Amino acid sequence: MLDTHSAPALNALRTQAFEDFRRQGFPSRKVERYRYTDVAAAFAPDYGVNLRGLSIPVNPYEAFRCDVPNLSTSLYFVANDRFYDTMPRGGETSIKKRPALPEGVIIDSLARVALERPELVAPYYGRLARSSKDAINALNTMLAQDGVFIYVPRHTVVPRPIQVVNILRADVPLMANRRMLIVLEEGAQLQLLVCDHTMDDHDFLATQVVEAFVGEDAHLEFHELEETHPTNHRFSNTYADLSAHSVATLGCITLSCGLTRNRTDVTLSGEDSEVNLIGAVVADGNQHADNNTLIDHRVPNCRSNELYKYVLDDSAVGAFAGRVLVREGAQKTSSRETNANLCAAPTARMYTQPMLEIYADDVKCSHGSTVGQLNDAALFYMRQRGVPEDEARLLLKFAFVGEVIDGIRLDALRDRLHYLVEKRFRGELGRCAGCGENVKCGER
Amino acid sequence: MLEIRDLHVSIGGKEILKGIDLVVKEGEVHALMGHNGAGKSTLSNVIVGHPAYEVTQGSITFNGHDLLAMKPEERAHEGIFLSFQQPVEIPGVSMVNFMRAALNAKRKYLGLEPLAAGDFLKLMREKRKIVELDNKLTNRSVNEGFSGGERKRNEIFQMAMLEPTLSILDETDSGLDVDALRVVGEGFNKLRTPQTSAIVITHYQRLLDYIRPDVVHVLIDGRIVRTGGPELAMEIEQRGFDWLKPDS
Ligand SMILES: Nc1ncnc2c1ncn2[C@@H]1O[C@H](COP(=O)(O)OP(=O)(O)OP(=O)(O)O)[C@@H](O)[C@H]1O
Ligand SMILES: [Mg+2]
Repeated sequence: MLDTHSAPALNALRTQAFEDFRRQGFPSRKVERYRYTDVAAAFAPDYGVNLRGLSIPVNPYEAFRCDVPNLSTSLYFVANDRFYDTMPRGGETSIKKRPALPEGVIIDSLARVALERPELVAPYYGRLARSSKDAINALNTMLAQDGVFIYVPRHTVVPRPIQVVNILRADVPLMANRRMLIVLEEGAQLQLLVCDHTMDDHDFLATQVVEAFVGEDAHLEFHELEETHPTNHRFSNTYADLSAHSVATLGCITLSCGLTRNRTDVTLSGEDSEVNLIGAVVADGNQHADNNTLIDHRVPNCRSNELYKYVLDDSAVGAFAGRVLVREGAQKTSSRETNANLCAAPTARMYTQPMLEIYADDVKCSHGSTVGQLNDAALFYMRQRGVPEDEARLLLKFAFVGEVIDGIRLDALRDRLHYLVEKRFRGELGRCAGCGENVKCGER
Repeated sequence: MLEIRDLHVSIGGKEILKGIDLVVKEGEVHALMGHNGAGKSTLSNVIVGHPAYEVTQGSITFNGHDLLAMKPEERAHEGIFLSFQQPVEIPGVSMVNFMRAALNAKRKYLGLEPLAAGDFLKLMREKRKIVELDNKLTNRSVNEGFSGGERKRNEIFQMAMLEPTLSILDETDSGLDVDALRVVGEGFNKLRTPQTSAIVITHYQRLLDYIRPDVVHVLIDGRIVRTGGPELAMEIEQRGFDWLKPDS
């Protein structure tokens, strides 16, 4: 059943994943990495799983005008857990044809590529996201049917940013398990934006596993933007392996969510590689956002920078646990980790835990975290100039998160995010505003 | 325009101002002098509505309105401006966005439409010239990385943008070099009209050489102990404050 609508390269790992999952079970809060999020509770309700690959009643091309303005992206959809590749029929929509990709570049259904060209998938699939290491990996590997496969061959630069939009849409509570596999060969360059949306306020649970192989000298800029309903549950594990002289910037922006737990696990396995992890969370109501990161410096002369910022209001809960591991022999490592948080209401809670473990002696590392309120002196200064208190608070929150957004090197996305964050703080954010102005949410 | 009657102010239970009476009329410039810790900044902060200070007695009216019942932003909209003794840095908030928010809030209060983007930038350019403020500074975050003198100049730039009717300058001269002092002093004078008033807090005569006060007050230990003409400032420059202390 699980195998029928997928591909051998994906099916090959299911039995082992099942064993691994049975052995581990849902992680309890006693597992350090899952200390801040109750996983079992999120999985407790009955969710439907669409194993037959029935097509869902939505045409995302019609429901979305997905285009971060001025960022002329090539747009792809994943509907629930499947790559959606029914291109719009002529004349029905105003969607532009995707521009041609450079020769050899593949952006396609993972299941299809795994079927047609298993030699591109099998050597990578499940290699970073080991099901033995993590119960969510195991569960996802056991159940995942499809997802997105991105392959950029040697010395190829994808000139336009790629945008993948995940949408969850169903008439009953639904669990979706999706995968993303990214392979950048030597010298390849890719900019990727993934937007995560729900289209109804059914209970959704999505597990997502992303594996990114960043080859020598390759550049990856990968940002995820979550704007989902409060009834959504998201468990996302992102793994990246960086070869020598490569650079990866991984961004994770949570603009609205239900319960979200993101794990980002980066291995610097080639010398002179560099990773930048940036993250921002804006949460209010009962939203829960937990980011758990690991940067593993395995070899000498690598650099890592990490900046995560949270703005929490109402009864929102935020958690950040960032572990930086500098292994024996990883000399001349340079690493900086910062987590700064604003609690705008006394009922909001933030747990922060930066961890630095160093087993090499010639390194430059720093880490720190702060939890604070808005700066009263700044607030008063602005009010003295006539800026109303609410507006002054907003400008300060916006400035606080702005530092993270400024770390995004995709110019149009950065501008768009500044705009979206401001709208979010003003409470004017349409559910799907990340993807354009004309989106009608919940449209069937 | 500004009328302060028997004002008593405490902070953290400690009484700082012990019965201030002060009337500033339209068009007048008042200088306020007095040694460190006398309560000059406290008085300016209370006038603009700083929440840390508790008014235990007395009243302040501005053009007939009860100032103490107004929010700080409303006082600003009514035309009161304080050039802070120590202007704060606001990282991440650009000068441009800040000024636009401030100006448009005031316009809204006055029932005016927000200024169009082009007009706003033109206004910024014009007003920058008055205090010779480099546009590198207005392109940065508010006061971020500004030197002490640059911050003071920036205060007067903001005053120029907001066109207040009552300006309070709390030691705006401190931190300014001789040339900057002249620019700021002359800039201030350009902004004066027969309808605008000012309270100028300073320790030195040098700013008063540019901004000629009509009245000079000496504040000692929370009370105004002497009020006179411009010659009082000169005398203080020579003799200090000790001769003015109530028990000397
Ligand atoms: N937040 C505060 N908490 C406690 N005491 C305060 C506070 N703010 C001011 N004070 C005290 O109030 C008194 C008056 O201070 P204020 O700043 O008004 O003096 P000032 O006349 O402006 O002095 P200066 O010439 O040094 O600027 C001082 O003794 C000061 O220590
Ligand atoms: Mg003072």
